[in-house]
Amino acid sequence: MIRQSLYGVAAGAAIVLLVPSSALADDASNALFTANNVWMMMAAALVFVMHLGFAMVESGLTRAKNTTNILFKNTFIICAGILTYFIVGFNLMYPGDFALGSFFGFAGFGLSAGFAEGANTPGYADGGYTYWTDFLFQAMFAATAATIVSGAVAERIKLGSFMIFSTIFVAFIYPIAGSWKWGGGFLDQAGFYDFAGSTLVHSVGGWGALVGAIILGPRLGKYNKNGQITPIPGSSMPLTTVGVFLLWLGWFGFNGGSVLSADPALTSFTLVTTCLAAAAGGIGAMTAYTFVSSKPDLSMALNGILAGLVGITAGADVINPTSAIAVGFIAGGLVVGSVLLFDKIKVDDPVGAISVHLTCGIWGTLAVGIFSTNPEHSLLTQAYGVLCYALFTVTSAAAIFLTIKATVGLRVQPEEEIEGLDLAEHGMHAYDLAGSPGFMEEHSSSFGSGRPAQALATNES
Amino acid sequence: MKKIEAIIKPFKLDDAKEGLSKTGVQGLTVSEVKGFGRQKGHTELYRGAEYVVDFLPKLKLEIVVADDQAEKVVLALQEACHTGKIGDGKIFVLPVDDAVRIRTGEHGDAAVEAG
Repeated sequence: MIRQSLYGVAAGAAIVLLVPSSALADDASNALFTANNVWMMMAAALVFVMHLGFAMVESGLTRAKNTTNILFKNTFIICAGILTYFIVGFNLMYPGDFALGSFFGFAGFGLSAGFAEGANTPGYADGGYTYWTDFLFQAMFAATAATIVSGAVAERIKLGSFMIFSTIFVAFIYPIAGSWKWGGGFLDQAGFYDFAGSTLVHSVGGWGALVGAIILGPRLGKYNKNGQITPIPGSSMPLTTVGVFLLWLGWFGFNGGSVLSADPALTSFTLVTTCLAAAAGGIGAMTAYTFVSSKPDLSMALNGILAGLVGITAGADVINPTSAIAVGFIAGGLVVGSVLLFDKIKVDDPVGAISVHLTCGIWGTLAVGIFSTNPEHSLLTQAYGVLCYALFTVTSAAAIFLTIKATVGLRVQPEEEIEGLDLAEHGMHAYDLAGSPGFMEEHSSSFGSGRPAQALATNES
Repeated sequence: MKKIEAIIKPFKLDDAKEGLSKTGVQGLTVSEVKGFGRQKGHTELYRGAEYVVDFLPKLKLEIVVADDQAEKVVLALQEACHTGKIGDGKIFVLPVDDAVRIRTGEHGDAAVEAG
């Protein structure tokens, strides 16, 4: 790589001397193309990190007896998501020409278009990226939508049934829905705006999560005989925190990459609005929670950060920094109310995925209609888009879930649920607790390995 | 011989061990247990909903001593584990028929006293 670029510089110098200015412009545009493409590949890598974030958040907010299971689901989704996006997803989402109105098109299997002339030149996407980068970046997005569902159905769905659902969801539902806007379909033509996917990614995943959680029913023990809520605390706040910070990091690629080039002003602007909304989301949730309890809840504050990120995603490039703070802050408040509401109406969502991705995805999409600096964006069109996605995703997710329920079954047996899905579905534990000292050492220096040796001597003498 | 079983607050373990070592106690078994007494459980909070934890974590200490030692040990434990607040725990004294030191085969008081 280094050799090539040195050669390029030398060639460039020669061109300066010998060749007229049109060749010089070509060289500059090639350098810009390279820089843009590097940023887009970097953004794809950052979105990949989000999958680690999801895995950590979901492990942290569920019980230790289901950790292997939830990690397995996350592992499966990223693998299946990338492969199905290769087979059909990419060409369903970006069909070029639509076959059925502006609703459905398919440009063929696989990535053979990447070998076509011009697919990896500045001409492919205004010099923003190559065909290969395009696929990679979009494939990372696709798996995200299915991962959102994983958290909401956690701790009770059969592994095989979830794998069937998420494969269909990520292979067909997500890309077909995505084509309506990003593929140039009817919503794009209607003026609907969704910069990086508050609706296309997060609401789509969120609707799937909602439908899944409703059809599955709540986890055993979440509601007592009188219907009162019995919280089921997650196993690890540190993992949840690590996950949310990783998601925040990944979001720089999610939104920053959605500029589709390394355009200096627009990319940095997008990162600023993204970051401000995340911070405001955290503060918004902390503030809202003071109306619920005098003791702050970390899991809510962390959900608030994600809420702010989801909220700004639809308009990160067209919402001013001050408005971005408002969008994030409101999202943070909404997520707290939404978690409490879904708990109350007995939609059991262990990780708050529905509240973060659906509630705040809708909010972010509508927020474009309110705060956008582009006068062409309207609240009505945004609401129309939200409605179209709701109808399509709810219908298709319900059809898939109900078919699975009627055939192979959706939920594990009650005894398996109590024993934990790690043992029931995988025959293994996430943590080997045999060598762990337990809670005594938390209260006493006399247990665990850190104890000074002479302390024993008093007993021995 | 007497067996002394004490259910104590976990954070009092170090105080208990220190108090016991002053009385010349030669050994002690500790286990993690859960339960409730008059203290009942306590409420915790998670994502906006309160819930009652019925069984609280406690430690169970088991000590076997010669009959004439028992009172001293019970007193030492009571003093060491006392906070004055509800939930401090309980001490039980039980008769023990025999004891055997596995290494030497000694029986009775000899098995639990200093060698």
